[in-house]
Amino acid sequence: MKFSYWQSNLIILISLLVVWFIVSFGFGIIWSDKLDDFKIGGFKLGFWFSQQGSIYFFVLIIFIYVYLLNKLDKKFFSSSSEIDNREKE
Amino acid sequence: MGLQGLTYLFVGASFAIYIGIAIWSRARSTNDFYIAGKGVSPVANGMATAADWMSAASFISMAGLIAFLGKDGSVYLMGWTGGYVLLALLLAPYLRKFGKYTVPDFIGTRYYSKTARLVAIVCLIFISFTYVAGQMRGVGIVFSRFLEVDINIGVIIGMLIVFFYAVLGGMKGITYTQVAQYCVLIFAYLVPAIFISLLITNNPIPQLGFGDKISGSSVYLLDKLDQLSIELGFNAYTENTKSNIDIFFITAALMFGTAGLPHVIVRFFTVPKVSDARKSAGYALVFIALLYTTAPAVAAFAKINFIESVQETEYQSVPSWFKNWENIGLIAWKDKNGDGLINYSNGNALEEVKPKYISERGQHGERLVANRPDRSNENEIYIDNDIMVLANPEIAQLPNWVIALVAAGALAAALSTAAGLLLVISASISHDLMKNMLMPNISDKQELFFARCAAAVAIFIAGLFGIYPPGFVAQVVAFAFGLAAATIFPVLFLGIFYKRLNKEGAIAGMLCGLIATSSYISYFKFINPSLNNNDFWFLGISPEGFGFLGMIINFVVALSVSSFYSRPPEDIYQLVDEIRKP
Repeated sequence: MKFSYWQSNLIILISLLVVWFIVSFGFGIIWSDKLDDFKIGGFKLGFWFSQQGSIYFFVLIIFIYVYLLNKLDKKFFSSSSEIDNREKE
Repeated sequence: MGLQGLTYLFVGASFAIYIGIAIWSRARSTNDFYIAGKGVSPVANGMATAADWMSAASFISMAGLIAFLGKDGSVYLMGWTGGYVLLALLLAPYLRKFGKYTVPDFIGTRYYSKTARLVAIVCLIFISFTYVAGQMRGVGIVFSRFLEVDINIGVIIGMLIVFFYAVLGGMKGITYTQVAQYCVLIFAYLVPAIFISLLITNNPIPQLGFGDKISGSSVYLLDKLDQLSIELGFNAYTENTKSNIDIFFITAALMFGTAGLPHVIVRFFTVPKVSDARKSAGYALVFIALLYTTAPAVAAFAKINFIESVQETEYQSVPSWFKNWENIGLIAWKDKNGDGLINYSNGNALEEVKPKYISERGQHGERLVANRPDRSNENEIYIDNDIMVLANPEIAQLPNWVIALVAAGALAAALSTAAGLLLVISASISHDLMKNMLMPNISDKQELFFARCAAAVAIFIAGLFGIYPPGFVAQVVAFAFGLAAATIFPVLFLGIFYKRLNKEGAIAGMLCGLIATSSYISYFKFINPSLNNNDFWFLGISPEGFGFLGMIINFVVALSVSSFYSRPPEDIYQLVDEIRKP
């Protein structure tokens, strides 16, 4: 099955937003108390996710999105220079 | 050189840099003034966005708030960073592709309606002014504590600086000034954090240090903090006290609110390409995360330092920072049990919470307050959360130049955010209101002139907020985020992802979100503050978290109303198709 540019974009979007939800609302809030049973160094794991980990994942998510979308742009709009030119008008 | 001399030097030098940049990069057209001629590199824009975003509240108040709230404070950390994921994935690239100047521009065009544009302008101006008021207060605090000038003179100096580079340079001037301001503020935040991390845990990286053992002992810092908190009658530092549902809603409201804040969104209009808008959001979050992952560490260090240096100490032998901040009016001590020792524990020290100082001094030399002691608990200390970051270097006895640096950093944070907000306000007045609604025939030159006038007026009003701070500043922050989440985010999101949404749906959605959110918040914050607790909240959602529910209301109303009216015209479908292409 072949997906259009927009469909592929939506698939990427939804998968990354699921990760976004799990690391913040999931690990940082909903399951945070349960994760607190585990420790890394002096951090309880749930506490770490809510004050540190979620933020690192957010950064990671955006850069993965940038990477995947740049690839997608190239695939569908072959040479990226074409996009550049259109933008410069 | 003394502390004051150093502070004048640091603050003066940073101001000179900002003004220099403003002259070098002044705006020549409306294109320059609104969106910096679309010529800003993604990294520079990331830095500018970070400075724009990190306000006096992030720099000065957040760590103190987390120190006070413990794990509950995570809502700010996740809420104010997670929104960038939404921005990068759902809004920024498409709005950049749209390629106009302002957020109401998009709403007005996509929903082919002047009413929609007007509703957006009203929300935007309200959100932005709420925010500016807080910045000016931050400027006032820093000036009065570190430069020992009158708060009002401090605000006026701040206004003049912002006036200079915002009116002259517009978005172009602001962008490059913000890049400089980011460097100043992040340096000023990290240096003391690293020093203190080394002092307490021997670990130079604060993010790791606060999960490390206290130096010279085998106890983890956070375990020690939990234990101290419980001894003093607080909840354990690493555990929540709020209900999960409330934490969930507050975090969500802050995230979606962040993604809907106009002064953040317009920053992505300034980059050359669509792919740059995505990249730029990533860089922005990296630069923001640098401060936001340090803040909880600073909070933990500050809390432990504070407890250890004041608890069970005689007032006479308390360190000098304590008395300095008492003189400014941000600390008060009421010796409830008459033992001459400072007892810090859970609860309010004073009735009516905020101290009302009288001119006399007590037998130990402390400032007396007119408030009666709150006898329901044993706490004797009133402390304003705002001083945690500002006082932290003093508490940790760091050298004077570090303290001076923090003052310059706090000013950079406050001024950069104020400038960004003022620009959004002026653009929405000159471009959306004048050019697009009232006087469509004005030339580019005239529009630029109006934009500058609007910026000047906005700065003047913001200054008045700083000099006569409305008592409700802290309360209305919930308003700004709640409204951004409940009004602006849904129409932007649906405008891109749901072609069928017509103007009737969008306007009804925005209005319902606006009315529901503002009446819920006003009811609990202004009309009936005594009912503002879990027993009366709808589903246990505090006013701070209601914006998320307001957003859901907006979505539901917009989609259902939309289905009763005809499809949007064909050219709107083409517009959305065009926006979706990179």
